[in-house]
Amino acid sequence: MNHNTELGRRGEQLAAEHLEGAGMTVVDRNWRCALGEVDLVARAGATLVFVEVKTRSGAGYGHPFESITPRKLARLRRLAAAWCDQTGARADLIRIDAVSVLAPPSGAVVIEHLEGVS
Amino acid sequence: MSVARTRSVALLGLTGSIVEVEADLSSQLPAVVIIGLPDAALGEARDRVRSAASNAGCPLPTRRLTVNLSPAALPKHGSGFDLAIALACLGAAGEVPTASIDRVVHLGELGLDGRLRPIDGVLPAVLAAARAGHDLVMVPTANAAEAALVPGVRVVGVASLLEAAIWHGAAYPPREVAAVEAPAVDDVVCELPGDLADVAGNTDAVDAMLVAAAGGHHLSLLGPPGAGKTMLAARLPGLLPDLDADAALEVASIRSLAGLRPNGSLSFRPPFEAPHHTATAAAIVGGGSRMIRPGAAARATHGVLFLDEAPEFPRAVLDVLRQPIESGTISIHRANAVATFPARFQLVLASNPCPCGNAGTSDCTCAPIVQRRYLARLSGPLLDRIDLQLRVPRITVAAMRLAGDGSTVSTAEARHRVGEARLAAAERLRGTPWRTNAEMPGTWLRGAGRLHPGGAATKGIDRMLELGAITMRGYDRILKVAWTLADLAGAGSPGAEHVGRASFFKTGAEA
Repeated sequence: MNHNTELGRRGEQLAAEHLEGAGMTVVDRNWRCALGEVDLVARAGATLVFVEVKTRSGAGYGHPFESITPRKLARLRRLAAAWCDQTGARADLIRIDAVSVLAPPSGAVVIEHLEGVS
Repeated sequence: MSVARTRSVALLGLTGSIVEVEADLSSQLPAVVIIGLPDAALGEARDRVRSAASNAGCPLPTRRLTVNLSPAALPKHGSGFDLAIALACLGAAGEVPTASIDRVVHLGELGLDGRLRPIDGVLPAVLAAARAGHDLVMVPTANAAEAALVPGVRVVGVASLLEAAIWHGAAYPPREVAAVEAPAVDDVVCELPGDLADVAGNTDAVDAMLVAAAGGHHLSLLGPPGAGKTMLAARLPGLLPDLDADAALEVASIRSLAGLRPNGSLSFRPPFEAPHHTATAAAIVGGGSRMIRPGAAARATHGVLFLDEAPEFPRAVLDVLRQPIESGTISIHRANAVATFPARFQLVLASNPCPCGNAGTSDCTCAPIVQRRYLARLSGPLLDRIDLQLRVPRITVAAMRLAGDGSTVSTAEARHRVGEARLAAAERLRGTPWRTNAEMPGTWLRGAGRLHPGGAATKGIDRMLELGAITMRGYDRILKVAWTLADLAGAGSPGAEHVGRASFFKTGAEA
């Protein structure tokens, strides 16, 4: 595993813990299909939440949120439909969230969570 | 606080309207969205503002910022809203006290390094803010002197966005930056070199210049090359009295809009504009599809518009001047707006009598029809609006010798006489909307104004009118010039000699 993949894994773990801490239940992780990958799927009450996690070790190349483009969000919407199709899950509401994890090599990790980004 | 509000000014022609700049911070992916009819340059503020803020040392939050410019239906142009947008965003982010930015009008363009760059049109924008009741304006350092020309407004000049934020009470560590200097602008010097005393001979022409200056009459000079037409016309602005404060501010506002920024002090000298004869109609009246800029006629307001080689101008260009000559304003209509500029200029035309310039002498090589067509380019309706139409002959040896005896008038002396005559006219016209003799309408002159001298004084032109040699409009114009001649001579009312001389200036013939 190279450095970035490892950082991403660690970020997703931290994000999952953060969401659980906020009262959500993580139901799926790194789910893949031909369209791509969903980082996290969680439930918050009756809402099904698809989460894009972006982890960076510093803001030198911009804030993690800035790399979540409209194109990425559109793909996430298609993936959400595919996930529901395949798992047969039902939900009253579907939401797409973004979580940014700033994990510098030394110092505290900063996690930010945006709800309903598209 | 997730919504912050501040103010800026949108300019349309010389008219400014206060624009409210609101910013809303919402928990969305980072973006800056600007709504409210921005043009391309203003839409680019989206990218400029974020970079400028982070490089200045006061980064915007990594959330979605929606900036609304209201009234949303008013078209907005240019980069002058950058400062207001950036401060509204910082206010929405809670970095800058919103109460402080709410009471200030902000103008200025941001560079990517966060420094403020000067913009055009600061003077009319600040005037508009003052008229709308705002007394605190923040501008780029390079525009501060210009903004301070407006009375009753406190101007804060800032070098960078960070400095602006700190002025409003934000808790950022200060940074020293060098302010962006205003680029040096080669403004047309209003005080032209050359004195009226340089004009040798040609006493009729010198007299006509005095009359034009004293009465505000339009002037046409016709004569062969080398007769001194350009020399005479260039000396007219020197004869005009200083502008009053309002007029000077209006002149400076137009120059500011045209990109000729006044530096620090208001010029009270009347402007002089001499467009080249290749100028287009848009260059004369102004134009531009989005940012409507003033043309030469608007820049010459309260001063002199000199068209050298007038018949060489395309006829369509000359005829666009008819509306401003009548109304004193120029309206430019575009799909989304109408811009109005003041255009109260004094027109001076100089023409050769024919393409080769030697008409009337044996040297002329032009066929008579060529000569006629050449002068016919100055349309009748245009010439009809010109009170003084003078032929400037070549100076003869005799006239030059005569001129050597010291009978010339210096510019200073002439300006003094013009000032006295204008005072007399203003005294007589007190209580009317007019200030100079040229502005008096003919019907008022003969009717309610009771300024028709009657009797023996107008016998000559009465006869010309009877014979059909002059029109009623021509008659009125002769009367107006006669009044100016009387004012210059210190006479209470024009006598036969003044009417006769006026008739000579209008038609080339003594009545």
